[in-house]
Amino acid sequence: MPAAILARLVLLEARRSGLPWLAAGALVLALALAAFLSQVALTEARALQLAVVAALLRACAVFLVAAQVAASTLREINDRGLELALASPLPRTSQYLGRLAGFMALGALLAAVFSLPLFALAPPAAVAQWAVSLACEAALVAAAALFFSMTLAQITPAIAATAGLYLLARSMAAIQAIAAGPLTEPSLASRIARGAVDAVALLLPRLDLATRTEWLVYGAPDGGVLGRALLGIAISAAVLVAAGLFDFQRRNA
Amino acid sequence: MLAVALVAQVAWRAASRPGAPAAVELPPAPSARLLRLASFGEPEAGARLAMLYLQAFDLGGGGTTPYRNLDYRRLVDWLRAVLELDPRSDYPLFSASRVYAEVPDAARSRLMLEFVYDEFLRDPNRRWPWLAHAALLAKHRLKDLALARRYAAAVERHTTAPNVPLWAKQMEIFILEDMNELEAARIMLGGLLESGAVRDADEAKFLRQRLEELEARTGRKSSK
Repeated sequence: MPAAILARLVLLEARRSGLPWLAAGALVLALALAAFLSQVALTEARALQLAVVAALLRACAVFLVAAQVAASTLREINDRGLELALASPLPRTSQYLGRLAGFMALGALLAAVFSLPLFALAPPAAVAQWAVSLACEAALVAAAALFFSMTLAQITPAIAATAGLYLLARSMAAIQAIAAGPLTEPSLASRIARGAVDAVALLLPRLDLATRTEWLVYGAPDGGVLGRALLGIAISAAVLVAAGLFDFQRRNA
Repeated sequence: MLAVALVAQVAWRAASRPGAPAAVELPPAPSARLLRLASFGEPEAGARLAMLYLQAFDLGGGGTTPYRNLDYRRLVDWLRAVLELDPRSDYPLFSASRVYAEVPDAARSRLMLEFVYDEFLRDPNRRWPWLAHAALLAKHRLKDLALARRYAAAVERHTTAPNVPLWAKQMEIFILEDMNELEAARIMLGGLLESGAVRDADEAKFLRQRLEELEARTGRKSSK
């Protein structure tokens, strides 16, 4: 299948571009920092290690996926490789989804590798659920990065847009809580601002409910909690994939 | 040029090494909402990193009076915000009861103990160890038996989980004893034994002996 070949090529390129070394470096740094901070803590050293390692590795996994997607896509655009592919008889949907599948597989691999050290610190069931959630989150970021890379065609705006979308999705619940807080003025401007915040929130996935460090520190969630978080991610990923396919279909060779 | 620049960089940083932040520099506490926003969806990590940040202020106190320059009202605000960020973390209450409350300054100690009491009421079954320690501090450090009794009574009254040990629930009895309210302590101890709340045989035997001693003492007191 052509899509499978494209996916395999994406993984090969990631391996040859030094991504495994970056991932290993991120692992070592996260574990070293957590070990150092746990020496300073007066109590809850294990929880602190877990929380710091999980937060850092989650951020690293997402960043590595976004950077790899943007760099690979923009390199292909700049080398005219994409033009060649668009001129071929290969269906555009297969081309887009094949690349995306490769990047999603990359995210899943990173999630699996980054979850390995956590098995020594947290219950296996909680780590497994955290890893599955991180794989889905990385898949969402891959879909966003591919869409922005294809649409914006510049590496810095593509990474910035992906990072902005991700950070906004993770902090939107906190922003909404601040906007609706008791100290906000009951003026027209603040009502408009709150409405705008709520409207933007409708378009974003609830990433604050996914890949929670709480699962590692305090115990695995029940199936419903994880299922709802992953369903939200899947819906948002579908929107991004549909937008990317729409834009890719209209692209001139 | 690279070597010169590198040497200059190292020399400059070595000469301007930052020390531990002074107590007067503790800024006003942010709200829990702001802390949650700054955590980017990682409240567990955010809460613990905030505690590491907080404990660096006036570390050790530098002198005979630890934390004497620390604004304890701001400190309480910080601890409250961190606890709201991750309510299941023990770090803030551990720091409050075992570090910041154990200072020679009675006013600061009371402020911190009241914070522990207020937060205990929000989740008694999880936070009772800190209030039990607060009761001990009130009794032995502050020499305030009324305050110690209030905390001990709160532990007994508000905890319902089966894993709360009986010694914690019975603290009020021993404090009442020390308050010379022997009669009240005798009645409370007797009630505890009669109600069947004490299931452990050794515990029951110990308390029964205590009750007999109390009855002997109240008998001697009333005969004087």
